[in-house]
Amino acid sequence: MTVTDELVSYEDALATYDPVMGLEVHVELGTRTKMFCGCSTELGAEPNSQTCPTCLGLPGSLPVVNAVGVESAIKIGLALNCDIAEWCRFARKNYFYPDMPKNFQTSQYDEPIAFNGHLDVALEDGEIFRVQIERAHMEEDTGKSTHVGGATGRIHGASHSLLDYNRAGIPLIEIVTKPIEGAGARSPEVAKAYVAELRELIRALGVSDARMEMGQMRCDVNLSLRPHGREKFGTRSETKNVNSLRSVERAARFEIQRHAAVLNGGGTIVQETRHFHEEDGSTTSGRIKEEAEDYRYFPEPDLVPVAPARAWVEELRAGLPELPRVRRERLRTDWGISDHEMQSALNAGAIDLIVATIEAGAPADQARKWWMGELARRSNEDGVELAALPITSGQVARVCALVADGKLNDKLARQVIEGVLAGEGDPDAVVAGRGLAVVSDEGALGTAVDEAIAGNPGIADKIRSGKVAAAGALVGAVMKATRGQADAGRVRELILEKLGAEG
Amino acid sequence: MTDLTRMTAAETAATIAAGEASATEVAQAHLDRIGAVDEKVHAFLHVDTEGALRAARAVDDRRARGEELGPLAGVPLALKDIFTTEGVPTTVGSKILEGWIPSYDATLTRRLKDAGVVILGKTNMDEFAMGSSTENSAYGPTGNPWDLTRIPGGSGGGSSAALASFQAPLAIGTDTGGSIRQPASVTGTVGVKPTYGGVSRYGMVAFSSSLDQGGPCARTVLDAALLHEAIAGHDPLDSTSIDAPVPPVVEAARNGDVRGMRIGVVKEFAGEGYQAGVMTRFNEAVELLRELGADVVEVSCPSFSYALAAYYLIAPSECSSNLARFDAMRYGMRVGDDGTHSAEEVTALTRAAGFGAEVKRRVMLGTYALSSGYYDAYYGSAQKVRTLITRDFERVFGGVDVLVSPTTPTTAFPIGERADDPMAMYLADLCTIPTNLAGNAAMSLPCGLAPEDGLPVGLQIIAPAMADDRLYRVGAAVEAAFTARWGHPILEEAPTL
Repeated sequence: MTVTDELVSYEDALATYDPVMGLEVHVELGTRTKMFCGCSTELGAEPNSQTCPTCLGLPGSLPVVNAVGVESAIKIGLALNCDIAEWCRFARKNYFYPDMPKNFQTSQYDEPIAFNGHLDVALEDGEIFRVQIERAHMEEDTGKSTHVGGATGRIHGASHSLLDYNRAGIPLIEIVTKPIEGAGARSPEVAKAYVAELRELIRALGVSDARMEMGQMRCDVNLSLRPHGREKFGTRSETKNVNSLRSVERAARFEIQRHAAVLNGGGTIVQETRHFHEEDGSTTSGRIKEEAEDYRYFPEPDLVPVAPARAWVEELRAGLPELPRVRRERLRTDWGISDHEMQSALNAGAIDLIVATIEAGAPADQARKWWMGELARRSNEDGVELAALPITSGQVARVCALVADGKLNDKLARQVIEGVLAGEGDPDAVVAGRGLAVVSDEGALGTAVDEAIAGNPGIADKIRSGKVAAAGALVGAVMKATRGQADAGRVRELILEKLGAEG
Repeated sequence: MTDLTRMTAAETAATIAAGEASATEVAQAHLDRIGAVDEKVHAFLHVDTEGALRAARAVDDRRARGEELGPLAGVPLALKDIFTTEGVPTTVGSKILEGWIPSYDATLTRRLKDAGVVILGKTNMDEFAMGSSTENSAYGPTGNPWDLTRIPGGSGGGSSAALASFQAPLAIGTDTGGSIRQPASVTGTVGVKPTYGGVSRYGMVAFSSSLDQGGPCARTVLDAALLHEAIAGHDPLDSTSIDAPVPPVVEAARNGDVRGMRIGVVKEFAGEGYQAGVMTRFNEAVELLRELGADVVEVSCPSFSYALAAYYLIAPSECSSNLARFDAMRYGMRVGDDGTHSAEEVTALTRAAGFGAEVKRRVMLGTYALSSGYYDAYYGSAQKVRTLITRDFERVFGGVDVLVSPTTPTTAFPIGERADDPMAMYLADLCTIPTNLAGNAAMSLPCGLAPEDGLPVGLQIIAPAMADDRLYRVGAAVEAAFTARWGHPILEEAPTL
C-alpha cells in the first residue's frame, strides 16, 4: 500500500457499497492533577518536570484514583445517555513501548464506567442522526516520544528518541461508538458532526477544553464497506489520530473511495492502522495487524473497584448543563439565523465565544459577524482554533461598542482587531497606539466634505439633481482624504445635507 | 556490660530510654557484629553504616533534649531489599536494578524512620521475592545461622538470618506466599504476615500485587508486635490499604492467653511430604495449647489442596505485568546501548541479562496464563479457586478463633538441594499460601527443634482478616510456655558463629 492508492469516485463508491463506521474518541480531561498521582497536568512545562515515582512507573510506586476524573467520566456518560456502572474496575492493558512507564496502561476493559448510550447529532440541513454509544471508559495517557534525526519526525530513520513523561498519567476518557450504519453517502458528514457535537458536549460539561489541535481530543476513524444489501460487515481499516473536524470528514471520505477501489479490483482490505495526511487528505498504511495484538488484560490489582453511589450519580445527573443541541436551537432562534449558519458556527467552535461576546454587551449580529468573519479567517490562516486566538470575547465586545459609538468604522475596527491579535493590547490601547479614532470633529469633517464637493463639481450636480446614489463617490473621496478615519455614515449625511438632497 | 546484640527490641529501647546505653552504642555494636559474622552468613546486600549511625545519633540527640522517645527509638533493624530507601541502593535481589538509587522512601521506610528505628542496611532475598531459599538472589545465597550449609528460607532469608545471627533484633519481610513465615520457621524466629492491606505497599517493589504484604520479623512475639504497630495503618498512597484502626497487637502480645479459645487444626496440612520431626513438634504444640486451656478441634478446608496451583497462576500473571517496567529506559541496568540496537532490542537484551532463571520462568508462565484464549482456563479458574479458599476460611472461622498448622513441611534443607527442582521448592509454601490467597493474617513462631536434625520447626497460627491481634495473643502464650519448658529462648541453642 502506498500513497498513490487507486481511488474510485465518491459517487461510484456509494452506488455499490454501504459504509459502516466506528469512531473512537479520546478526550484528555482538564483535571488539575493526573489520573493516578498528584502531578500537575499543566501544558507546556519543561520536559519531565511534572513527574513523580507513580507516573514514572518507578519500582514500588502505586496508583491512587483521581476522584475528579471519575466524576468527569460519569458526567460524560450521563450526557451521552449511558448507563453508569454500579461497580467497575480498572484493568491493565499490557504492551511494551518506551513512552509508557509501566509498560502497561491502566485502563478499563470489560467493565467500563459508562455504557449503552447515544448522542443525537445535527447535520448541516438540520436533520438529526442518532449515533449509538458502546461505552465510555477511563484510562491514562502515555508519555510523548520525539524522534530525532530522521527526515520525517517518525521513528523510521531517526538516530535517537527523546521521552517526555509529563503527559504520562493524564486522565483520558475513551468514547467508543457502536457501528454507525445507515448514514450512506452522509457517513463522512455524520462522522464530522458527531465529533463536533461531542466536542461541544465535553466543553459544556466543563470537563475539558477539548482542543483538537492541542491533542486534547483525538479521533480514530474505523471504516469498512459492504455491498448494498449485505448484512455482514466488511474488513475495517483504522485511521488513527485524525485531529480536526475537517480531517475526520476527509479521512472517512478517502477511506470510502480507497476501499471501493480495492474491492472493485477484486482485492481484499487488510485490517491495519492507517495514518492520515493533512496535506492531501490521504491515508497511508501504518502497522498491519496480522494477528490481533494480545494485550493480556486483567483487573488492576493495585486499585480497588469504583462503585459510584447511586445518589451521587443522580446528583450529577441533576446538575448536567443544558445539552448543546438544545441550547443551539434556542440560540439559533434568538439570533435569527439558519440551521446552516448555526452549523458553521458550531464547526468553527464559535458558539461559546459568540455567547460570551453578547454577554459582554455586543449585539448578536455584530458578535457573530466578527467571530465568523474576520476572526474565523484568521484562525484558518493560522491553523489554530478560534478559542486559541489571542483575543477575548470581552475585547471583541469592546470593538463592537466602539463601532456602535461611532468611534470606529468597520475598516478601522478590523485594524483594531489585528492590533489586538498582534499583542498591542486592549482595543482602546490599539486605537490610541495606532491613532485610529474616527475623525468626528465636525469642523474638520465639514472642511473635508467641502473640499470634496469643490473638487468634484459634476458629481455634486448629479446629487443636487436627486441622484443620491452618486454620493458614494464623494464619500470615497472624503474617506481617502481622512485616510479612512471618518465615520462613513456621518460623511454621507453631511454631503447630502450640504447639497440639499434627501437621503 | 551485657551484649547489646543479644537483647530483644523491647529491652534495647528500654536500655536506650534509661540512658544505660546510647542508640549510637547499640548501632555500633550491631555494625560490629555484622562486620564479624556477615561474611559467613551473607544476610546483608548493603550495610548503611553512615545512615545507621546518623539515625542513632538523631535518637541520642532527641533523648538529650528531653524529648519523649517512641517504643522502638534507637532499635536497629534489617530491611528487606524490596522496600525503597531514598539515597540507599534497592536491588530486590536482582541484577536488573543493580546501581539503582531510589529517589523516594517507601511508606514503611518512612514510618520506621519516624519511629526512630535505626536501619542498618538492606537484606538479601530471592530475586523479586520469587523463591523459598534465597538461592535465587542474583548476589549469592544466604546461610542459615543454625547450619551455614542450609537455606535460611526465602524469599526473606536475609532478614531471618540477620535475626538468628544476632545482627539485628528486628527485621522487615514481605510475604507473597510465605516469604516471611517460612524463613522464620527454618531459623527459629518469629514472622508475621499481617492482614492484606494492613501495612502499606507503597514503595515495596511489587511481585504479585494482590498477594504481597510487608510485615514484621523478630526474635520474640512482643518485638514483632511493637514493629507491627510501627509500620501498620492506613496509607492514602496505597489504594488497597485498609482504612481502619490497627488491631491491638501490642496489647495482645503483652497478654498471651489461650484459655477458652477455640483453635482449629487443619487436617489437610499433614501427611505425605511432611517431615516426621516437624509433625512431632507440631503435635506437641497442639498438646501444649490444650494444656494452656484452649479447646482444640480438627477442621477441614478441602479447597486448600488447590491453593498451590492457583497461586502459581495468579502470582506469575501479576508478576509478568509488574516486571514489564524493567525495560532499561528509565533506571537500572542497560545492555546493548551501543548505537547499533533499537530500543526494543535494548529492552530484550537487558531483560535477558538482568533477570534470573526463576524470574524468567514466572514471567513466561504469567504471560501465557493471561493470553487471550487461555485467560479463562488459567487466570480465571485460579481466581475462582481463590474464592473457594476464602469461603473455606470463612466457614471454619465461624467455629474457631484461630487455626494452627506446621509453617512449612520440613526443616531447613541444604543449599542446592532443590535448586534445580522448582516443584520441590514450591512445596515449601504449601501451608502458607492459602492465607495469601484469602488475604487474612498469620504468624510463624518456633515450636522446637526437629529430633532428627536439630533444626527449628515453626508453628503457624492463622487468624481472620483484621484479627491480627489473635495471632499475638496465642503466640505470646505459646512462646512463654515453650520458653519456660526449654529454660531459655530457642535461639540460645543456635551456634554462636
